Amino acid sequence: MNSATNIPILEARNVGKSFGKFKALQNVSTSFMPGTLTAIIGPNGAGKSTFFNVLSGAFPPSSGEILFNGKDITGMQQYEFARIGISKSFQITNVFKQLTVHENVRVAAQMEAARYNFLRSTQSYAGPIEVADQLLLRVNLEHLRNKKTGDLAHGQQRALEIAMALACNPSLLLLDEPTAGMSPEETLVMMELIRTLANERTVILVEHKMKLIMGLCKRIIVLHHGEFLAEGTPEEIQNNPEVRRVYLGQG
Amino acid sequence: MNSFFQLITQHRVLASTLFLAVFPFIMPYEALAVNILIFGLFAMGFNLLFGYMGLLSFGHAAFLGIGSYLTGISIVHYELGWGTAIIVGVIGAAVGGLIMGFLAIRTRGIYFSMVTLALGQIVYYIFYKAESLTGGENGLRGVRVDSFNIFGIPVDFLNPLIKYYIILFFVVIAMWLISRILNSPLGAVMEAIRENEKRAAACGFDVAKTKLLVFILSAAICGLAGSLRALHLSIVPIDSLNYLQSGQAVMMSILGGMGTFFGPFVGAAVMLYLEDVVTTFTKYWMAVIGLIFMFFVLFFPKGIWGTILSKLQIHQDSK
Repeated sequence: MNSATNIPILEARNVGKSFGKFKALQNVSTSFMPGTLTAIIGPNGAGKSTFFNVLSGAFPPSSGEILFNGKDITGMQQYEFARIGISKSFQITNVFKQLTVHENVRVAAQMEAARYNFLRSTQSYAGPIEVADQLLLRVNLEHLRNKKTGDLAHGQQRALEIAMALACNPSLLLLDEPTAGMSPEETLVMMELIRTLANERTVILVEHKMKLIMGLCKRIIVLHHGEFLAEGTPEEIQNNPEVRRVYLGQG
Repeated sequence: MNSFFQLITQHRVLASTLFLAVFPFIMPYEALAVNILIFGLFAMGFNLLFGYMGLLSFGHAAFLGIGSYLTGISIVHYELGWGTAIIVGVIGAAVGGLIMGFLAIRTRGIYFSMVTLALGQIVYYIFYKAESLTGGENGLRGVRVDSFNIFGIPVDFLNPLIKYYIILFFVVIAMWLISRILNSPLGAVMEAIRENEKRAAACGFDVAKTKLLVFILSAAICGLAGSLRALHLSIVPIDSLNYLQSGQAVMMSILGGMGTFFGPFVGAAVMLYLEDVVTTFTKYWMAVIGLIFMFFVLFFPKGIWGTILSKLQIHQDSK
């Protein structure tokens, strides 16, 4: 009845998550259409990170379902999320610190080429090496390719984090506070990068800095106390009295 | 000097082989060289798991022991040829690794170490109690391999130098395999898991499966070391399975340089050579070695080989 384009790339149905007695997330339902850029916002403790983790496969929801292209993926392992095309960046930088910058992206890109083959040299797999070359150019880290990742500045590690998330060429990219801890200049560069990424694939990001979101996204979802509060365009969100009360009113 | 080290890290198997080919001539006697060869291999197998994937097992004596005992039992009780006996030992250790790994990788950090230690002790008691097969406390005696023919050429296995080169042949094969693993995509995933498990999983790698696979490979290599040790000693002492052997693997890896290809071998050579030298002066040789070990841990945490490589700024993984 519906054409394929009407199927959301990602859908959350009545998703809940409890940690012991604490209900971090309750009954959240929403969906994301292919090719869109959506931001999830909310005050501290709103359940943004929990929701992000559920959507990106870090842990399964306690209740409800997650659908990817209409297929139920609830309870899949983290690595399976990556294999079906859902990739993520972390709020706290997670990179391979003892490896070089290039090696970081190359490893992230080798999933399709070879997972467990141990008799061929990594140098004989051209694909991941090329992907790493291109992504380093894209995030402006090419000049640091042979540096040990642990020696990079924070902003550079954040950029590397994005390159690694892109390395498996995901159809859905989830970014958890991509500009966390960045300087204003670095933030601008990152925002521009996210804008171009959103032209190629579906992007969902969790962000704390309201102003950045307003100029970037066409759609915003607001969580509050672990529940769905509102969604809409930036203007609608800004004018929503509920949202103003719980969130915007603070600042 | 720098380019020399660059060259040997690029051709690490060839360089190691050349070095080990002349090694018995710089050692005081051949039996020590053989011992270093065997424990060097043991530490290298252990380092695959510890240095490259960051899993600290305290149960690797089990694989040294399983390899030794199964090879010994094959020869003593089933009169199999020594080649077949080695294969039995290696496969047995790999199966042991599968079972132990399957149980242990569910845990992390200190719990992983404790679970492997406990499982290693279980293996110890199984072999200790199976007296009719293993000789129990007395060890398994009579693992005799005197002479055999290779392509019609008679080989005298009792000649220590010949024995050294025959064992070296197997060690070189194992080193080649380890080097290939480290150079491969799997090697890269191993290091990725050591650096950051979360990120490795987010990149699409099945962390649990990789850990198990590497655990098995590591166990098989340590099993080979055990098999060769049975042939070398002609007996299998029960202390092959003692947890102190597991501790030795840890110390050798750290002393030589964990996460480097040849480091564990250097660690094994230094420790066993010192043990040999210091015991002639004092019965408290353990204390002397302990002090040296502490000195390196405190001032050269990268180990002997690791420090040399990093001083020369050789970035030596997966190249």
